[in-house]
Amino acid sequence: MGLNKEQIAARIAKELKNGYYVNLGIGIPTLVANYIPEGVNVILQSENGLLGMGPFPFEGEEDPDLINAGKQTITTLPGSVFFDSAMSFGMIRAGKVDLTVLGAMEVAENGDIANWKIPNKMVKGMGGAMDLVAAAKNIIVAMQHTNPKGESKLLPRCTLPLTGVGCVKKIVSDLGVFDVTADGFVCIEHAPGVTIDEIKAKTAGKLTIAADVKEMTV
Amino acid sequence: MNKVVAGADVAIQDIPSGATIMLGGFGLCGIPENCIAAMVKKGINNLTCISNNAGVDDFGIGLLLQNKQVKKMISSYVGENAEFERQLLSGELEVELIPQGTLATRCMASGYGMPAVYLLAGVGTEVAEGKEVREFNGKNYLLEHAFDSDFAIVKAWKGDTLGNLVFKDTARNFNPMMAMAGKITIAEVEELVQPGELDPNYIHVPGIYVHRIFQGTNYEKRIEQRTVRKR
Repeated sequence: MGLNKEQIAARIAKELKNGYYVNLGIGIPTLVANYIPEGVNVILQSENGLLGMGPFPFEGEEDPDLINAGKQTITTLPGSVFFDSAMSFGMIRAGKVDLTVLGAMEVAENGDIANWKIPNKMVKGMGGAMDLVAAAKNIIVAMQHTNPKGESKLLPRCTLPLTGVGCVKKIVSDLGVFDVTADGFVCIEHAPGVTIDEIKAKTAGKLTIAADVKEMTV
Repeated sequence: MNKVVAGADVAIQDIPSGATIMLGGFGLCGIPENCIAAMVKKGINNLTCISNNAGVDDFGIGLLLQNKQVKKMISSYVGENAEFERQLLSGELEVELIPQGTLATRCMASGYGMPAVYLLAGVGTEVAEGKEVREFNGKNYLLEHAFDSDFAIVKAWKGDTLGNLVFKDTARNFNPMMAMAGKITIAEVEELVQPGELDPNYIHVPGIYVHRIFQGTNYEKRIEQRTVRKR
């Protein structure tokens, strides 16, 4: 039994540091906002043009003009600011966003990421993901360790069209936490109830188990 | 000087089939609903549309797709539009998918009179195919060209008769830089006011970029993902 989506999000939230500007992608990354640790102040960037994204509105207070990059209705906070898409990606490109969290279909042992297209089958488009991964200082991927067929999504090389090259720094999957290093994936934490053997069996890319690997606290 | 036209039908009346058109909006937020409806009604086709998304199946640019009026979409995200994805995969519709920041910046470059810019997004991916790569400070960048668009159609919150525009919240998104990029720019606004009623300090797009303006009607402002919390 690995982590559920909420637990993956909660673990990623522990990586947030006071003062960070953070961009959270669609899916599990969005949930990270619910687990920001007490005393840690971060400002959430939504690439459709908002810094200082607040929680969902109360029922009846939804505003169609106020959405996040996942097209969900949201709110602002004191100090929020709106801007256009060019400035939004300007600040991303200029490296002002400290941390990007996004989902992936595949991650390679060298940090390549694929998450926008399965040729002839599915095309979602890259949206802002290519801009974000090309420029963000720190990229954490939130993902299931294997696909629905049980095949590893942590690979020697990506098989799907790439979103970015050599950019992923860390992965939090349902099975554990992995640094992406010059030496491939390094398992630094395993999920409760998940054995190192299971992680090894489900990781196709080069994997090292950290000497001080520990069980994740959830 | 008065840029006011009677309504959407008049504003778009000279857009021919085969035109390249920028359409503002992110998802269904900040889209020019009136002009889209007028183009559907007029039936012009073979359009090349530059827009971040293509609406949903039955609203926004989705209406133009349903009607087979679009030859080519230039977008960053297909997302939740099943008809768009179907036409793309079947090859009925030509689609150029480009990174969202690249899309925004190619619009911006056009409005700023810059023929091209070097951008980081997509280096080492299929987006880079056929593009000039140049190294700056040890990093590779792609040469991306400014868009050349016959028309830009945007939606603003308020505008005055001189074409000065103000946007609201995240409905701003691609609208300002598209307004600046069209050879002919059409703005539909929720509230049309007289010169002097907008504070000059808080105008997002100067009217010099805008050619036609009108006050839209019956905005539906559909919400794609209604997310709320309990009181």
